[in-house]
Amino acid sequence: MNRRKFIDLFLGGSLIGTFIAFLYPTISYLLPTKQIEVVIKKITAARLGELAPNTSKIFKFGTSPGILINTSDGELRAFSAICTHLTCTVIYEEDTGTILCPCHNGRFDLGGNVVSGPPPAPLESYNVEISGEDIVVSKKG
Amino acid sequence: MKNILQSIYSYLDSRFMLSGLIQFAKKKKVPEHKHSFWYYFGGICLFLFILQVLTGILLLLYYSPSVNSAHESIIFIMSQVKFGWLMRSVHSWSANILIAAIFIHMFSSFFLKAYRSPRELTWITGFFLLLVFLAFGFSGYLLPWNELSFFATRVGTDIAGTLPLIGKHIKTFILGGTDVTGATISRFFWLHIGILPLLTVMILGIHVLLVQTLGMSKPIGIPENKVKEVPFFPNFILKDSLGWMLMLAIIGVLCVFFPWEIGQKADPFAATPIGIKPEWYFCFMFSTLKIIPAHIFSIEGEMIALFGFMIGGLLWMLVPFLDRNAAKERRSPFFSVMGWIVLLYIVVMTAVTYLLPGL
Ligand code: HEM
Ligand code: FES
Repeated sequence: MNRRKFIDLFLGGSLIGTFIAFLYPTISYLLPTKQIEVVIKKITAARLGELAPNTSKIFKFGTSPGILINTSDGELRAFSAICTHLTCTVIYEEDTGTILCPCHNGRFDLGGNVVSGPPPAPLESYNVEISGEDIVVSKKG
Repeated sequence: MKNILQSIYSYLDSRFMLSGLIQFAKKKKVPEHKHSFWYYFGGICLFLFILQVLTGILLLLYYSPSVNSAHESIIFIMSQVKFGWLMRSVHSWSANILIAAIFIHMFSSFFLKAYRSPRELTWITGFFLLLVFLAFGFSGYLLPWNELSFFATRVGTDIAGTLPLIGKHIKTFILGGTDVTGATISRFFWLHIGILPLLTVMILGIHVLLVQTLGMSKPIGIPENKVKEVPFFPNFILKDSLGWMLMLAIIGVLCVFFPWEIGQKADPFAATPIGIKPEWYFCFMFSTLKIIPAHIFSIEGEMIALFGFMIGGLLWMLVPFLDRNAAKERRSPFFSVMGWIVLLYIVVMTAVTYLLPGL
């Protein structure tokens, strides 16, 4: 290696090094900081008798919404209210007794399974237990 | 008096080389023929962009980008600040008209084959301007933090999230976390008033510089003797400014009779409102997502739609290099037909969103 080549390499390398020294902190700065998520496994979604048959309620399950449905037969069901298509919040449609996602008209039955529309997978379903006066919803598994 | 002006001029001239510019401006000509009308839309885009910058800077004085204050500050602007309703309505209406004008400008350059050599880079910078302005629209929409914009943002970013491998990372990067929160408002605000204006000024600078150096294109196959040339100053610029005044008048009337709505404050634990849809310029993609089956050959439908739009966009951007005939000043009916198909698809799917909401 002659002297000229050495200098070129040295200066070129330093330039790239300087560039990276600016780039790395900038990119790290731009990436979102990790939030510590409290994982909630169990929550009181409603009081007993709060829901008349054939009605529903959206409840907070940690940081995301869940839906609790009292079917017309008086059975309690709970699901994640986040549509498996593109994350809109679903609603219970009383006329049809199905769960509807208003964003792209995805429809689910009361087992959380897709009846029609674009959602690719069933809604995540939760366990429902009654504990005293409370309706307690918990994650499966 | 005349002497003083003269010496001020020559002082400035020797420092800024004004006479070169003036010489250039005097020589600038615009072809006049039966399709000249479409040449006005680029100027209208430019005018509306300036209007956006001015009203945007005014709104900054009272807007506050956080979960607890964004919606409240918009209500304050609309109800307490003198002429606040006007500034906000102009900004919102003009944003929508600007996007419509960009589409008209783009399709008219497409059908006139103005993208052909040597204007390939004019077309490509124009295409990037379209993307930047769609991003302006998307980010600006969330800032009032209302129900509709909250879910539009959730759906819009989750579409990016369906990309294989990098999708989740892109989504987290855009949202500033895994969900639409205060961090998302900060990021969208940063984009909307920092990054996107900077990008626009750079890309628009190149776009307009190219238009100046290359001059306006003439449509293919119009015989030379059918094309007159009119001077840019004063003939064309006068008609141009007439168009701008017309835009101002339209925007003024719209703002007075239809001030922009505020909407309900976003609540992450409320159900999505029935009949929700994005801003009109995203509706053709929205309808596509609604219609496409959940799975096609066991690949998720929205992934196919997303790839379709990405490939379509890429081809659209590369049109100057694909259209070999136009590059040689020959007619290229195939590309005209393709253009009509794209336009028809966009118009029909947009109409479907509004006319068949239950689809
Ligand atoms: C805010 C966005 C934009 C602004 C402010 C803008 C501005 C302008 C202006 C002032 C002109 C000259 C007058 C005219 O031809 O109408 C022009 C020309 C042109 N623009 Fe744009 N433009 C924008 C977006 C776009 C987009 C999205 C495209 C296409 C993808 C595009 C493609 C072109 C082309 C090909 C020309 C040359 C037309 C010719 O020489 O006949 N522009 N633009
Ligand atoms: S987000 Fe639920 S159907 Fe699309």
